[in-house]
Amino acid sequence: MAPVATPFFFYLLAATMIIGGILVITRKNAVHSALALITALLAQSGIYLMLYAPFVAGVQIILYAGGIMVLFLFVIMLISIERTIKERQFNKQWLVGIVAAAALGGLFIAVYTKGKTLFPEGRLLSYAEGQNTQGVAALLYDQHTGMYMFSFEIASLLLLVAIIGAVVMAKKRI
Amino acid sequence: MNEFMQYVQKYLDKDVTVSPGAFGNIPAGIFWATVYVLVVFAGVSLGVICMNWLERKILAHMQVRLGPMRVGPHGLLQPIADAVKLLIKEDIIPAEADAVVFWVAPFIVTLAAFTVFVVVPFGPAHAITDMNIGILFMLGVSSLSVLGIVTAGWASNSHYPLIGALRSSAQMVSYEVAMGLAVVSAILMTSLHGVGFFGVGGPTTSGTGTLSMIGIVQAQQEQQVWFIFKFFPLGLIAFAIFAIAMIAETNRAPFDLPEAESELTAGFHTEYSGFRWSLFFLAEYSAMMAVSSIAVTLWLGGWLRPFPNALGGHAWDLVFAFVPGLTFLFLAGMTFYNVRRMPQHPFFKIQTMGLAAFGATLGLTGLVLFIPPVRDRVGDIFWFVAKVAAFMYLYIWYRGTFPRYRFDQLMKVGWKVLLPIGLGVLILTAGVGIVGLEMAQHVAH
Repeated sequence: MAPVATPFFFYLLAATMIIGGILVITRKNAVHSALALITALLAQSGIYLMLYAPFVAGVQIILYAGGIMVLFLFVIMLISIERTIKERQFNKQWLVGIVAAAALGGLFIAVYTKGKTLFPEGRLLSYAEGQNTQGVAALLYDQHTGMYMFSFEIASLLLLVAIIGAVVMAKKRI
Repeated sequence: MNEFMQYVQKYLDKDVTVSPGAFGNIPAGIFWATVYVLVVFAGVSLGVICMNWLERKILAHMQVRLGPMRVGPHGLLQPIADAVKLLIKEDIIPAEADAVVFWVAPFIVTLAAFTVFVVVPFGPAHAITDMNIGILFMLGVSSLSVLGIVTAGWASNSHYPLIGALRSSAQMVSYEVAMGLAVVSAILMTSLHGVGFFGVGGPTTSGTGTLSMIGIVQAQQEQQVWFIFKFFPLGLIAFAIFAIAMIAETNRAPFDLPEAESELTAGFHTEYSGFRWSLFFLAEYSAMMAVSSIAVTLWLGGWLRPFPNALGGHAWDLVFAFVPGLTFLFLAGMTFYNVRRMPQHPFFKIQTMGLAAFGATLGLTGLVLFIPPVRDRVGDIFWFVAKVAAFMYLYIWYRGTFPRYRFDQLMKVGWKVLLPIGLGVLILTAGVGIVGLEMAQHVAH
């Protein structure tokens, strides 16, 4: 298979992501922020594609497009754009922000330096390029290689709790 | 150069199927991929132009009118006149609008509508690329178009567009759920390897399914049944759910509330004019074609000709291979019949000659389609496009027949009717598939 993962595309997508991310936090207009966010997320799904993980890329597009759609509605319905543009931007949580950023940075460095020992050798790389979809399913459901079934089910339980909570809150009389 | 010739030779070989994405060498791969992209783009745009004329003509005849008759014979040049008019119109951006977002919105919609054609399989060798996650990609990218609609409605900074945009987002989010369930039940069928209507016989083990658009059609070929008929009537119900949901997804009548002209002027694109408006138009029609091709691929056997197994064999293959050419000859015949019916007045002389030339072009195309190598390669594209065209006619028919729904009725249909039925069909499909597998194993032992 011809390599699509050329440095050019990586730098293009990474630059799009970083610029998009910066625009998200600097724009005063919330709709512009949302548009910048979706640009960054689409670039991220492009990077997943470069890693030969089309399934993750597709799920990224579907989930985040839907998620940002809802964000848009919140912005349109709840925020008065004219007032927010005139207001001075404030940021009173810089201490917490620095701690969170440092923690995340430390995590990244740890993964970058120890990444090879963190993940079980051989299991993640045993699928051919473009077979990533089958790889994801095998890691979840296969009798022999499936090892993330439990954590996957816990995540789906969380979603179920959220759904039930939404119904309970929205409905006065069940 | 050698590589290009190799590709052409491989392409002309009847037994080999290659898509440019699968072709290894980089220069030839990129070249042919570009050619495919341009051909598909041109084809879809041509389809939109044809739809523009056909929709006005067919709607007019349904309402006992003549429709466009002035520009060219039977208004054949009307779409071109319209396009020129739109391109030279003034391009207005309202003073209070958010200029950047207003400018970007039509491009989001158009990009989302055209990108999905990357994975549409016009034939085993006639797809730009075959993605592992084809159907997921199509659903995901086509759902991005709602973003463009909402941004368009919001950026116009006007009430009608905003209401249209909000309606559109609510509608799309609701119908995507039912649509997704119907699609999942069809994908489930690709993994249930039983043969024929009731999926009995065939292999005794369950297989893996596929999300690849080409793989889905090939699964229907192997199981010798279109998925619309599989586990009758489960496939049919899933198809019906999809067929209803896809009309809501593309904002077409009777679910065209986001642009309901009697309430909202033109809905989300009220403030758009000229070129930008024509982009919305282009996107709407190409999105219609895209969802129709999802339906054709999942349930109607994609590029497969009718009855590939019941009427199998070389003789029937040859008979069906003549159908594309005969269709074009029939169209040419119709055109010549109408040339005879043109008024004899000298005023209509040029128009009559133009119509005759059009008929001659159609006839020549038909004759070209009879040449054996062309005949072998064009059959799959013809059947795919014919099935999509049937859907496009249905779209026009719905618009001419059904009155527009009220918004609460629309939501009721989506959440209280389509969603429960979709869930039921999904569960039943899985159940029937497992029972069929058990029966097959029982017979085998």
